[in-house]
Amino acid sequence: MSTRAALLIGLSALVVLALLPVDLTTVGLPYPGLRRYGTYILTLWLVTAIAAMGVNLIVGYAGQETLAQAAFVGIGAYLTAITTKSGVPFGVAFAASALVTFAIGVVLGFPALRVQKHYLAFVTLAFSVLCWLVFRNEQDWTGGVMGIRDIERPSLLGLSLNNHIRFYWFVLGITSVLTFVLSWVLRSPWGRAFTALRENPLRAESLGIDVRLYTLLAFALGCAYGGMAGSLYAPLVEFIDPSPFALGPSLIFMLMVVIGGSGTFLGPFVGAGAAVLLPEWLRAWDVYYLLIYAVLVMVMMAVFPGGIVGLAMRSLPRRARP
Amino acid sequence: MTDLLQLLIAGLATGAIYALAAIGFTLLWQTSQTINFAQGEFVMMPAFLALIAMRWLGLPFWAALLFSMLASMLLLGVAFRYIVVGPLIRQGVLPLVISTIALSILLKESVKDFYSAEAQPFPTLLPDTPITVAGITVSLAQLGVLATALLTIALLQWFLAGTLTGRQMQATAQNPTVARLLGVPVERMILYTFLINAALAAMASLLISPIYLAKFSNGETLGLIAFVAAIVGGFNQVRGAIVGGLLIGVLDNLAAAYVSTAYRQAIPLILLVLVILFRPQGLLGRREERAV
Repeated sequence: MSTRAALLIGLSALVVLALLPVDLTTVGLPYPGLRRYGTYILTLWLVTAIAAMGVNLIVGYAGQETLAQAAFVGIGAYLTAITTKSGVPFGVAFAASALVTFAIGVVLGFPALRVQKHYLAFVTLAFSVLCWLVFRNEQDWTGGVMGIRDIERPSLLGLSLNNHIRFYWFVLGITSVLTFVLSWVLRSPWGRAFTALRENPLRAESLGIDVRLYTLLAFALGCAYGGMAGSLYAPLVEFIDPSPFALGPSLIFMLMVVIGGSGTFLGPFVGAGAAVLLPEWLRAWDVYYLLIYAVLVMVMMAVFPGGIVGLAMRSLPRRARP
Repeated sequence: MTDLLQLLIAGLATGAIYALAAIGFTLLWQTSQTINFAQGEFVMMPAFLALIAMRWLGLPFWAALLFSMLASMLLLGVAFRYIVVGPLIRQGVLPLVISTIALSILLKESVKDFYSAEAQPFPTLLPDTPITVAGITVSLAQLGVLATALLTIALLQWFLAGTLTGRQMQATAQNPTVARLLGVPVERMILYTFLINAALAAMASLLISPIYLAKFSNGETLGLIAFVAAIVGGFNQVRGAIVGGLLIGVLDNLAAAYVSTAYRQAIPLILLVLVILFRPQGLLGRREERAV
């Protein structure tokens, strides 16, 4: 697919997404838009997709495993909640979330990547549980299990984003910018190096690519996407407690990226969609939802490990594949 | 001083149980490159199999233990090998990792939805009678746990080093291609590893459940400890897993007594990070050649 075609498809997708929650009956079209809850779910999907893009960069492009993405989302969310409550503007909190999580990513990744494969998985596993302990125990800062409530939605250029559709547009805008940045990174020489790494690390190294440095930067950038997602998550749900940032949700992030199709550009969006929307649709099955989900994942890994996007690609005619 | 010794013995008892789970984890990794993210749930499950045997099948306690052991080997050994790992071996490591994560969710949710979400009391083989020797008080149950776990480990070590099958398993772990050339039935050795892992997990489960109660979410902590024990000791060594397990058991008990209970869970994790920083091959491990 050429760059222009990709840009065109991206822009039309953006227009459709922007209009999705809007009531179009006022302009004569038979589409009632989405209600408050529907818009909330749609916004949650975008926020989840940002964190999932980060996981995809780490898992699908740099070939590592991360089991701490929910913890990074948590760091971003707590940082934003605590600082904005003490009067710091949202923009500063958002930037700080990105920088802090990037720095933590470098510090965590550096020792782990010195050794063999899978050690990053173990280090992130430990980090994830440690973060959860801090969120739960440091009550003076985080409110412990009671959490932090009444987190305010930010305002943009003096315009309050309290209205749910306006906040959705705001998140959609940030998601598009972050998507564009990631696609630019993946098309740059840096991104080409990632692909070379994933396809054949031995050859990549012999061609002069500093494997460890690139992997480390990919990991840290992926963590920063988690932090930025968290920074948007806090004002979206307006209340945070430690439970969505535990080890379990971190594992779910891994699952959603692989289900969507790791190493494909659309995979995180599809996987995040499945993770956010399926529980809503399968609500009738109630407690058995996770059981069904787990079985589906196992069958999927055995039959088509390329994920949903991988499967869709396979059904396209060879010529039309990007 | 007596307090310290008592804590030490209690720590060794739980540590020996952790070691069982960690050994299984290491064996699976060695022979089939399977990182089992469901190992904690493998240790949670057999206790519930025993409870099912007692409550629904009406078996007496000793028969329920036997039932649990056999059912675990069938479900967590044979079925795991052929239904979960089998189809995924050729798909590479990541799909297998994802699949075992999904399996851990499946086991946990099954127990929660079909048995109970509450912690279940679990009967113990030996009574809790305190014994005092030279001023040190330990319970009979603790000594029983320690003796059973150490005996199991000793038996396993003898099997791996002293019998033909055990040596064939080691050969498979070290180099499957050469082992196959030398006439070792590699496929069967891999199945044996899965059976041994299931049996060790069942053993750990039946020993630890009287202490911590049986609960669907126990696997989260147990799995984490098995990981940490295996890596701290040296990922490629059974001996390492034993040392790692005992060390974490002792540290965990000391931390509960002398450090805040809120951060007790953090101690093994900090140990893990320190080991990865300063001795990545593990306490007993040999430095591995880099794969690249």
